[in-house]
Amino acid sequence: MSIELKNVTKRYGQVTAVEDISFAVTEGELLALLGPSGSGKTTVLRLIAGLETPASGGIFIRGLQVNGVPVQKRNIGFIFQNYALFKNMTAFDNIAFGLKIKHWGRQRVVERVGELAALLELESLLQRFPHQLSGGQRQRIAIARALAPGPDVLLLDEPFAAVDAQIRQELRQWLVRLHQDLKVTAIFVTHDQEEAMEVADRIVVFSKGRLEQIGTPREVYETPRNEFVARFVGVMNVLELEVRASVARCQELEFPAHGLADGQKLRIGFRPYAVQVSGDPAALRYPAVLRRTYFLGIMLRLEIETPGGLVIRSRMSKEDYSRLDLADGRPISFQIRAYRVLSKEGDPLANEVAATHQMPPSLGEGI
Amino acid sequence: MNPASVPHSPLRAAPVPLPEQPLAKWLLIAVAVLFSAVFLLLPLVNVFYQAFSSGWALYWKALSEPDTGSAIRLTLLVAGISVPLNAAFGLAASWAIAKFDFRGKTLLLTLLDLPFSISPVVAGLLFVLLFGAGGLMAPWLEAHHLKIIFAIPGMVLATIFVTFPYVARELIPVMQTQGREQEEAALTLGAGGWRTFWHVTLPSIKWGLFYGIVLCNARAMGEFGAVFVVSGHIAGQTDTLPLRVEKLYYEFDPAAPFAVATLLALLAVATVVLKAFLEWKSRRET
Repeated sequence: MSIELKNVTKRYGQVTAVEDISFAVTEGELLALLGPSGSGKTTVLRLIAGLETPASGGIFIRGLQVNGVPVQKRNIGFIFQNYALFKNMTAFDNIAFGLKIKHWGRQRVVERVGELAALLELESLLQRFPHQLSGGQRQRIAIARALAPGPDVLLLDEPFAAVDAQIRQELRQWLVRLHQDLKVTAIFVTHDQEEAMEVADRIVVFSKGRLEQIGTPREVYETPRNEFVARFVGVMNVLELEVRASVARCQELEFPAHGLADGQKLRIGFRPYAVQVSGDPAALRYPAVLRRTYFLGIMLRLEIETPGGLVIRSRMSKEDYSRLDLADGRPISFQIRAYRVLSKEGDPLANEVAATHQMPPSLGEGI
Repeated sequence: MNPASVPHSPLRAAPVPLPEQPLAKWLLIAVAVLFSAVFLLLPLVNVFYQAFSSGWALYWKALSEPDTGSAIRLTLLVAGISVPLNAAFGLAASWAIAKFDFRGKTLLLTLLDLPFSISPVVAGLLFVLLFGAGGLMAPWLEAHHLKIIFAIPGMVLATIFVTFPYVARELIPVMQTQGREQEEAALTLGAGGWRTFWHVTLPSIKWGLFYGIVLCNARAMGEFGAVFVVSGHIAGQTDTLPLRVEKLYYEFDPAAPFAVATLLALLAVATVVLKAFLEWKSRRET
């Protein structure tokens, strides 16, 4: 067990930033703290670093409680959102800073900085000052500086938020590679669910200072514990339904609702990949029009609109798209293969319901 | 559809810049230059002109008078004590205000500005009422044979009061834009408080600090009102340069007051040059 938080709470005056958080990070893991802004994820990272002190609860690094241990003694590497490089020092001196504090000899410092510079491809930049470097280069210097003294854990606060998309992709790969090569435990904060999915071994999802779920990217995506997680991790269509005669409906869309009283309200959600689309307007259950197609790399996102005006998002590969001969503005038909009944936010979710082809034709008809 | 290929909508179009109006431009420049020349440059040149109007010998004689020498030494002494104290105080205050959140921060900021808004004469009077004969502290001071008013300690106190905000006011915005991240980074790398201060904080604010000190020094050496009230005007003992200029002027000496004034004018010129240099330097490094 590398790092553990037990019932940690942090308040700023009357505001509770983090409430009763408990989770454990295993040695060598790459963990993402994911959540919208103000969800408390950065506070959790700063609590682990020792830059903030918890109001209650315990923080453990390698089994030792570190609540009373100052930042300097925790042996952590912290990477700040805006790099926080020392402006008055060259890249070399920035990376060497932590080593000089540990009273390393000149020769060892030069060797260690050279080693990290080679690892992060910074050799030609060591004599430059931060203001002479690009965003991606500064971030790599910040990573090298944090790694230099050999920290037990690497903490990264929104490490890729301040660089443009292409560099961000590059830096993500750096992080994954570094993590594999150095086997260092790393925790990074992000508000970008795609980034968390792509990079992390496990994801901790936060909302309003509370821990909503912890699990592998796949677990969090496929079996979200509540509506917040389901909607935050990945795209989800959400419909408000009303029950009448054992059928829950929203405009022309209908779902079985056996045993539910008339007038009861119900929320359901389904992922875009669960929306099956056909180019034939009569082939599947519901007719609709393809309004707009978005290109997301190899996948496409489709926005389809029912005659009643409901807009539903679907997702398919380029190959399927051309095979079905789809185009913006064309009439199509669709059906929903799987959905999930969403309760109120925060409550546990029911299991996903398969609703494909077996849907009894009697259900919606004649009502 | 690629949004980038959409032609500019009228809403998005950049505002059409006003056509250049050379007449207005040159008129504005002329007004600004003329104003500075008449109100700033002309009096400055006149000081030097008057000082040298009776020749080098008299100029030199005015400066080498023992009372003038004593005024120079006293000015240097007062500034030498109050500027470092205010620099240290300004650093502490701006650090507290920029890097920490605490109750009463706004009050502290307001207090900092008090010396700017209060008349220097009133400031001097405050000290007289506090430490002077019959003042609040008078019995205690007399019992210990301490003299503050009409002596050097009072002049130092008055100067500190008047020049109190200069360094802090200069540093607060600098520190606020820097934020806490560099210091926090140093802490996470194992650095202690002193090391962080000397190696990280101080280098990143050094030009702002120098600038604040230069301004503080110019004001400390040039202060008249507050020092006038507490000094007691004892020639050769409690006259600083500005007080000396005033005294010489009322002795109807044709050149001497201007000769001493040139020293203060030179200080002003040096301050302006240093200020320009520091601004250039700090711009280049960010």
